[in-house]
Amino acid sequence: MASEEMEQLVRREYKQGFVTDIESDTVPPGLDESTIAFISQKKEEPQWMLDWRLEAYHQWLKMTPPSWAHLEYPPIDYQAISYFSAPKKPEDRPQSLDEVDPKLLETYEKLGIPLHERAALAGVAVDAVFDSVSVTTTFKEKLHEAGVIFCSISEAIREYPELVRQYLGTVVPQADNYFAALNSAVFTDGSFVYVPEGVKCPMELSTYFRINAANTGQFERTLIICDKQAQVSYLEGCTAPMRDENQLHAAVVELVALEDAYIKYSTVQNWYPGDEEGKGGIYNFVTKRGDCRGDRSRISWTQVETGSAITWKYPSCMLRGKESIGEFYSVAVTNGRQQADTGTKMIHIGENTRSTIVAKGIAAGRSDQAYRGLVKIGPRAKGARNYTQCDSLLIGDQCGAHTFPYQEIGNSTATVEHEATTSKIADDQLFYCRARGIDEEDAVSMIVNGFCKDVFQELPMEFAVEAEALLNVTLEGSVG
Amino acid sequence: MLEVKDLHVTVEDKAILKGLNLTINAGEVHAIMGPNGAGKSTLSAVIAGKDGYEVTQGTILFEGQDVLEMEIEERARAGLLLGFQYPVEIPGVKNIYLLKAALNAQRAARGEGEIPAPEFMKLVREKSAEMKMDPSFLQRAVNEGFSGGEKKRNEILQMLVLQPKLAMLDEIDSGLDIDAMKVVADGVNSLRDANRAILLVTHYQRLLNHIEPDHVHVLVDGRIVKSGDKDLALELEARGYDWVLEGSAA
Ligand SMILES: Nc1ncnc2c1ncn2[C@@H]1O[C@H](COP(=O)(O)OP(=O)(O)O)[C@@H](O)[C@H]1O
Ligand SMILES: [Mg+2]
Repeated sequence: MASEEMEQLVRREYKQGFVTDIESDTVPPGLDESTIAFISQKKEEPQWMLDWRLEAYHQWLKMTPPSWAHLEYPPIDYQAISYFSAPKKPEDRPQSLDEVDPKLLETYEKLGIPLHERAALAGVAVDAVFDSVSVTTTFKEKLHEAGVIFCSISEAIREYPELVRQYLGTVVPQADNYFAALNSAVFTDGSFVYVPEGVKCPMELSTYFRINAANTGQFERTLIICDKQAQVSYLEGCTAPMRDENQLHAAVVELVALEDAYIKYSTVQNWYPGDEEGKGGIYNFVTKRGDCRGDRSRISWTQVETGSAITWKYPSCMLRGKESIGEFYSVAVTNGRQQADTGTKMIHIGENTRSTIVAKGIAAGRSDQAYRGLVKIGPRAKGARNYTQCDSLLIGDQCGAHTFPYQEIGNSTATVEHEATTSKIADDQLFYCRARGIDEEDAVSMIVNGFCKDVFQELPMEFAVEAEALLNVTLEGSVG
Repeated sequence: MLEVKDLHVTVEDKAILKGLNLTINAGEVHAIMGPNGAGKSTLSAVIAGKDGYEVTQGTILFEGQDVLEMEIEERARAGLLLGFQYPVEIPGVKNIYLLKAALNAQRAARGEGEIPAPEFMKLVREKSAEMKMDPSFLQRAVNEGFSGGEKKRNEILQMLVLQPKLAMLDEIDSGLDIDAMKVVADGVNSLRDANRAILLVTHYQRLLNHIEPDHVHVLVDGRIVKSGDKDLALELEARGYDWVLEGSAA
């Protein structure tokens, strides 16, 4: 196929770009101590929380943004961002979906996320974050019976301060990096999960994040703790409306797995990537880290990334416990002018720790993506093992994919394997499918989905279906 | 059914087909034979719509429709199906998934709804059995790790499921042992009926012992230089292509 046609094929419009005009209670743009105090007060937080935020803020002032990533973006004016935005009457927050603003439901509808249907049919508890405040939390009772706590982080700070205080910032310290420090100072919402000892969470936990109010940076903070022998599967999905200015998103996700615990964290992310020139997309600078604190604990990250103008994200695992397991399965799709710098870090600290990395990158249009993987094996990590597989698929000839594997091996008993491939979507594969009557677009998505299979099969069932649909939308062209 | 007239095709400015004429009617089996490099694969590829071939002159009509104006997938949906000499591997895409997508695309083009799952399963199981393929092949990625013979059987399986009006089979016999050849030939023969036609491309006569053609054409240097019935294939086997060339030059 001519590369011109190919380009046509991969060019598409963002289907989920629109804005819902629910009135927001927004602070004027700018960041100083008073902004932080305002947020803390709005959230009815205790003093220790405010102190913690201010400490982070002072550290952040002394830091500089990272410049080493394989990305290009204009400097961000942190004083031009508004750090708080909430739907107008927080006390009127609905207790069930019936009470939810129909406009919001309509919004989800447009996104192809029939929330009530999903919740009812799939039995998924949903903590929907709309702008910075949770507007609805469902299936709470069922979780309550099992002893699982699933609520917004703000609620957790008020209701379970001892748990939050014990774990917050223990995986991603306040000054871990520039964006984590900023998040620690100004985070406004996010989820909190605590699964008690021996409990297998009875349902998959899911949150839809959505950025909405114009000019509002979104600073989510998620903390998930799995006590001994506990298990949880958490799903995160994101979309955002179309707009002109770049939007900053700097989330922090902390996972703690104690002895024999298993946390599976899956993300399908579809933020607005900007127009064909890359204007107006989301800047996604996220710090995600899991701490396999207990022996035989296991943390698994699975992600499908199709959005954002710029993505900078390295979900990581700290493998402290003996025989603990870290996994990273990732599909990143870039198109248009998108830039992505993603990867993972597997830090082997304990004995006989194991990690698996499967990263699939698909670049189309004029996009550029880099995979950066660090496998670090500490001196005490006897018998540690890592297997890494990175595959890149290029669609057209104006895109790029780069792989940067880093290994630091401080132990001679470790086994580290790395495999990498880069291929172009083959014309003969496309011809083969089309010569069977399958149209070009379906053929591309079939081949791309096949390429991503190893990762998709790690996703929970309904999410896998959604991920495939998302991939198709992302690569959808204007043929026909 | 198929009418190729004065077809001229170039690849990278090199003339490959130089005025080829061929008419195939419903119910007929045609075999195109010829030495390596004569342009046999080019002919079937051009009819199927593969990129990289430039038609500089001539026409191809399929049931009165101008094939050259149709997209690749439109040709397939119209009932023109190419069986590949070298079927490609598509990692991660299940064989059964490709079959279903192809069948449903073709049904949609005919204004029919998607095939119900139980009916589809029954169909593919039946056809797999005919091709002596273990059902596990359906769950494997398309052609991935298949042996040469398995790939060829898989091509015919697709034909049996998709039921094309005109099946073009390019060197379907290459790389097959005698048992596999029989299975493939039986599959192809089961496609024969009054409303369907088959175009076999081969440079060995032995396939034609199993699939008896109504017409045999000899393609040399981009032109059909001789046509006849199945005896022509036997004669070619005995006397070689040079004999045809001498004959046509005289
Ligand atoms: N994609 C291509 N690029 C360059 N030359 C080609 C290509 N396809 C076919 N040819 C040339 O065209 C001629 C005919 O090839 P082909 O149709 O495959 O012959 P046959 O199938 O009869 O052996 C050969 O000389 C071959 O090298
Ligand atoms: Mg050939």
